Amino acid sequence: MSEVAIKNMTLNFGPQHPAAHGVLRLVLEMDGEVVERADPHIGLLHRGTEKLIEYKTYLQAIPYFDRLDYVAPMCQEHAFALATEKLLGLEVPERGQYIRVLFSEISRILNHILNLTTYALDVGAMTPLLWGFEERERLMEFYERVSGARLHAAYFRPGGVHQDLPAGLTDDIYEFCDTFPKFIDNLEVLLTDNRIFRQRTVDIGVMSAEEAQDWGMSGPVLRASGVAWDLRKAQPYDVYDRVDFDVPVGKTGDCYARYLVRVAEMRESLRIMRQCLDDMPEGPVITSDHKVTPPRRAEMKQSMEALIHHFKLYTEGYHVPAGETYTAVEAPKGEFAVYLVSDGSNRPYRCKIRAPSFAFMQAMDFLTKGHMLADVAAVIGSLDVVFGEVDR
Amino acid sequence: MDQALQDLGDYIGAAVPRDVIRIEGVCGELVVVARTAAITDVLTFLRSDSNCQFKVLVDICGVDYPQREPRFEVVYNLLSLTQNQRIRVKVMVDEDMPVPTATAVYSAAGWFERETWDLYGIMFSDHPDLRRILTDYGFEGHPLRKDFPLTGRVEVRYDEIQKRVVYDPVQLTQDFRTFDFLSPWEGMNKVLPGDEKAADGDSAPEEGAS
Repeated sequence: MSEVAIKNMTLNFGPQHPAAHGVLRLVLEMDGEVVERADPHIGLLHRGTEKLIEYKTYLQAIPYFDRLDYVAPMCQEHAFALATEKLLGLEVPERGQYIRVLFSEISRILNHILNLTTYALDVGAMTPLLWGFEERERLMEFYERVSGARLHAAYFRPGGVHQDLPAGLTDDIYEFCDTFPKFIDNLEVLLTDNRIFRQRTVDIGVMSAEEAQDWGMSGPVLRASGVAWDLRKAQPYDVYDRVDFDVPVGKTGDCYARYLVRVAEMRESLRIMRQCLDDMPEGPVITSDHKVTPPRRAEMKQSMEALIHHFKLYTEGYHVPAGETYTAVEAPKGEFAVYLVSDGSNRPYRCKIRAPSFAFMQAMDFLTKGHMLADVAAVIGSLDVVFGEVDR
Repeated sequence: MDQALQDLGDYIGAAVPRDVIRIEGVCGELVVVARTAAITDVLTFLRSDSNCQFKVLVDICGVDYPQREPRFEVVYNLLSLTQNQRIRVKVMVDEDMPVPTATAVYSAAGWFERETWDLYGIMFSDHPDLRRILTDYGFEGHPLRKDFPLTGRVEVRYDEIQKRVVYDPVQLTQDFRTFDFLSPWEGMNKVLPGDEKAADGDSAPEEGAS
């Protein structure tokens, strides 16, 4: 039989594909059903966030961070708030720090529910999604009660958080902490030992510890490859050094290990949330330095000084001393960081946003090479990418 | 800057003195300014030296300073998991001066350099795939430069007659407004007009400009 040379087929995956988790155009070079090369075309959701921030005051920049990773908005605000506080040399009151840690962990659970359930949907299980979104709604209710918005909260501000917790919220979060483990158990019953789920994920998209570091991975993806690295432990910010929790680490570095790490992280997050609720002291939630944070409304009725501060803060904003900082937080997806350069004026001179998903997307070619087309969906799901922060 | 970071800075300065221009601490963080041509040597040293082990390249980005010469800064942020330290390496470049690519040292550098090229127009020599990444196909200009307008230069719409998306120059129904809210009081002298005569005898009254 004579040999026939077959040309590789180029396949367009996206930009509208249910398993692409957003607007991703993936140009796949296929040899039959095997992926030879994956070339992600990103930027379809590019909104020029970094450019816009250069034209806004520091306070006006906060809402842009909600719109990056819209699955866990408060963790992004956290990075920017910490960076600004570092440049300003600002101390956050203890209660404010506890609230921020509490809501960072709520964001982490929000993120992991969405990722794990849609990931399961990508590989063929539909029920987790239906169950998970009910739980997510409960968490977004907490968001709403504390900030007024389900998604784009703008709740973490440089200097603390915008408002104190409303009455009764802590009791409801407690109740959530008691009932949520049941959901995780049910999720695990459906997925962890599920034969189909395992066939789709075990030994797919394997990454060793060295490769993961070389490709700039972080968060659960790095930990699934066996690297015990968590910024909350290694370089603690706010009150993470005062709460007790474990860092789950995977062994195999495949899609299945990433799933297991995220499930274990949800349980750890509940532990942190309980401790925050127990240890949270009374007191102010935002710094009382009125050169940076607005005065209370009641104060403005009486005090001329307060009125001036309010007017100045909402027109000119505050000036941040010249300097630069690279400040990172452990967002649910990985290391989210802000490289903030200030020239001493009221607007950031440069605000580079380092998004974990950007690095994940880059590794797509490496991870999918030699796998089947169907595995591409499993790899994207396990990496946990959100295009709001990839494209910025 | 804490002692461990200070020592690390001194160590790096002693190990690669010819490739490093200066080492400084900014806001408690270690910044190494390197010679542009030697950036791969510096990065390779930082990655493989047993006292550094900066194995993770977390970020590369550009910063534009139009008044400076050379104009751009390329900033590499590195992380060492074993030392639990961060370091920032900077090089200064011009529009037509390429930076040697770091893709041979860190695989993660590829897209970060593409992004820097896309947004600032900083060239990277020997980069395997230096295409635009975030902006549109066929985009012109480098949007994060300080002289690029915030509104952009073109806008897109779907043309019903030509049955395709067309690009037009930006037309704003209202002029783009930027407000300079910078306080007029802050730049003022502490001495009010007329008070300079009184200042001879006793000190001028300090007016609090809030």
